[in-house]
Amino acid sequence: MVGWLAARSRAWAFASNDGARLHSLPNYHGWYVAMWAFVPAVIFALIWNAVSPNLVMQAVLSDPAAAKLPAFGIGRDSALAEAMAVASGHAQGVFNPLARELVEPARNAMQFYSIIGLVVTVIIGFAAGVFAFTRLRPDFTARTRVERGVMLGLLVASLVAILTTFGIVASLLFETIRFFGMVNPIDFLFGTQWSPNPMGDPAFTNSEDYGALPLFWGTIYIGAIIAMIVAIPLGLMSAVYLTQYANPTFRKWMKPILEILAGVPTVVYGYFAALTVAPFIRDVARSVGIASASSESAIAAGLVMGVMIIPFVSSMADDSIAAVPSAMRDGSLAMGATKSETIRKVLIPAALPGIVAGVMLAISRAIGETMIVVMAAGAAANLTGNPFESMTTVTYQIVAMLTGEGSFDHPATLSAFALGMVLFVVTLALNFVALRVVKRYREAYE
Amino acid sequence: MNNPELEGQVAGFSDAGPAKISANKVSVFYGEKKAIDEVSIDIHTKYVTAFIGPSGCGKSTFLRTLNRMNDTIPSARVDGEILLDGEDIYRSRMDVVQLRARVGMVFQKPNPFPKSIYDNIAYGPKIHGLAESKSELDGIVEQSLQRAGLWEEVKDRLSDSGTALSGGQQQRLCIARAIAVDPEVILMDEPCSALDPIATARIEELIDELRGRYAIVIVTHSMQQAARVSQRTAFFHLGNLVEYGRTSDIFTNPREERTKDYITGRYG
Repeated sequence: MVGWLAARSRAWAFASNDGARLHSLPNYHGWYVAMWAFVPAVIFALIWNAVSPNLVMQAVLSDPAAAKLPAFGIGRDSALAEAMAVASGHAQGVFNPLARELVEPARNAMQFYSIIGLVVTVIIGFAAGVFAFTRLRPDFTARTRVERGVMLGLLVASLVAILTTFGIVASLLFETIRFFGMVNPIDFLFGTQWSPNPMGDPAFTNSEDYGALPLFWGTIYIGAIIAMIVAIPLGLMSAVYLTQYANPTFRKWMKPILEILAGVPTVVYGYFAALTVAPFIRDVARSVGIASASSESAIAAGLVMGVMIIPFVSSMADDSIAAVPSAMRDGSLAMGATKSETIRKVLIPAALPGIVAGVMLAISRAIGETMIVVMAAGAAANLTGNPFESMTTVTYQIVAMLTGEGSFDHPATLSAFALGMVLFVVTLALNFVALRVVKRYREAYE
Repeated sequence: MNNPELEGQVAGFSDAGPAKISANKVSVFYGEKKAIDEVSIDIHTKYVTAFIGPSGCGKSTFLRTLNRMNDTIPSARVDGEILLDGEDIYRSRMDVVQLRARVGMVFQKPNPFPKSIYDNIAYGPKIHGLAESKSELDGIVEQSLQRAGLWEEVKDRLSDSGTALSGGQQQRLCIARAIAVDPEVILMDEPCSALDPIATARIEELIDELRGRYAIVIVTHSMQQAARVSQRTAFFHLGNLVEYGRTSDIFTNPREERTKDYITGRYG
């Protein structure tokens, strides 16, 4: 603020005293100095916030009272954490006597380092501002520099999402490698027996208990087979109706409504699947003599997931059918083809690449879906083709393993990362191929 | 006006025989706007009839009423009667599928389906059930491509995509597709406007070869093209049929002042 005002008035002074032509408007000089005063200081403050807890921790550990702590293990960690929490004011009472003695040094260290941080931040901000201020000249290209600064800011913003993705992949990869250090990848990918025991001793991990094939099968059966049997025909038909038959007013209302379906939280679909569809299917199946029908069935989860996916398929199919040049349709109609012949034999074949891409995106969405299968599909890892049996999916097991009782470095917990990695790779591949197809298809008609 | 022979004599075509298509006081509306105003015209088999006129004069609109392609535009409405062999195409029991099998159409921009060359031609015969067997269908495809003068160029690659052909070849493919269902009338809506001069010349030759078998109606912006390919010319202006007669008469000795102005390039 101060820098901005000072610099702007100085720029005004240049303009009035020397009568020189300023390269940039005074405002830009102001922004330039403000940027210098603000950005480096903020960057330092962020780095300091990340570093200072470690410094505090070191200070606490060097305190004589810390020598009484157990050498390692859960007791030491909890005592330290408790001391820190009390020192920073997040917690009040101290239960652990070891922690009590550490509160005072921790509080002192925290104060010390936060004052240092504040002082250094102010100094950096001031110094950088002064540095920028001294550079101001009438012919100084402040405008170009401010624009460049704005561009850099936007670049950083756009990199956040990408860098986060890389971070996710890296952490997945790291834990996956740890998991494969304990479990043979071949057993994991092709084994048919899934019965990890989170309470078992990690030293006696049996690779054969980590056969994820039933999970992959359950995922594909529910997400890519049952759900798609529902979603592809219904989505396609609704797209055809909306683009070819519906009158414009109806289409104007119907399309957004269909797209709202895609925004319904999946938990809600999960309720519906678990409380309404699954019991209904079980009763129907029993009444026609399928005794094995369970109340948590693959078909219930798949059907509801299919309904959830309909808007994806229909909106992609809608777009690609609408993108077929109307000359195609006219050409077919002029041959004496009926409307439905035209749709079946010309429009859908011409729109097929876009439709296929939409289906692939829908599949990748369906196999990553968690809530519906958690609520409706069950936990039993069955390798079966019977849709009335309980089945489990990759996503379900990720949730189960990560929220289970196993400690963090137990192979059962780590298996969640390996499963996540497989899921990530598969959906990434599906999305990649689908987007390529869509792109090629767009080029074909432009 | 209901007597086709009398109408023929009025226009001076006593040699032409009964009209294939006879339009009687046809008006076309787009919503409130009148695009065609009471046009009456007879079109004969074995002649090429050209519709000329400045842009927006309604010639394409009128052409599209002849096979009811205006039906695809919701706001369009047609008054008057259009007789195909004496049968009213808008009010008789003939439905639009049968009509379009008898009155084929070729569009301004070549619009082959994104299918193989073979399937492009076989499309019409299949939907109208014209072929009983595969060999019969093969015969129709070959004959249509031969009539459209495309057979020699594509006979070795019938399974290639129709969209991979050059513009002129695509347009001949569309003509072949139209004649594959053995229509009686072929409507062409500026069939050469998207083509280069060589491809245009090839299409014009083809139109001349085809006229012995069909009634051909062609909308064109090019007066030279109308003069080269047609025997009958109709001049449209502002939704009215201004003059209709032998092409040679229209171009050398027009009766109407407006026709003369247009032909000599005074406007348009």
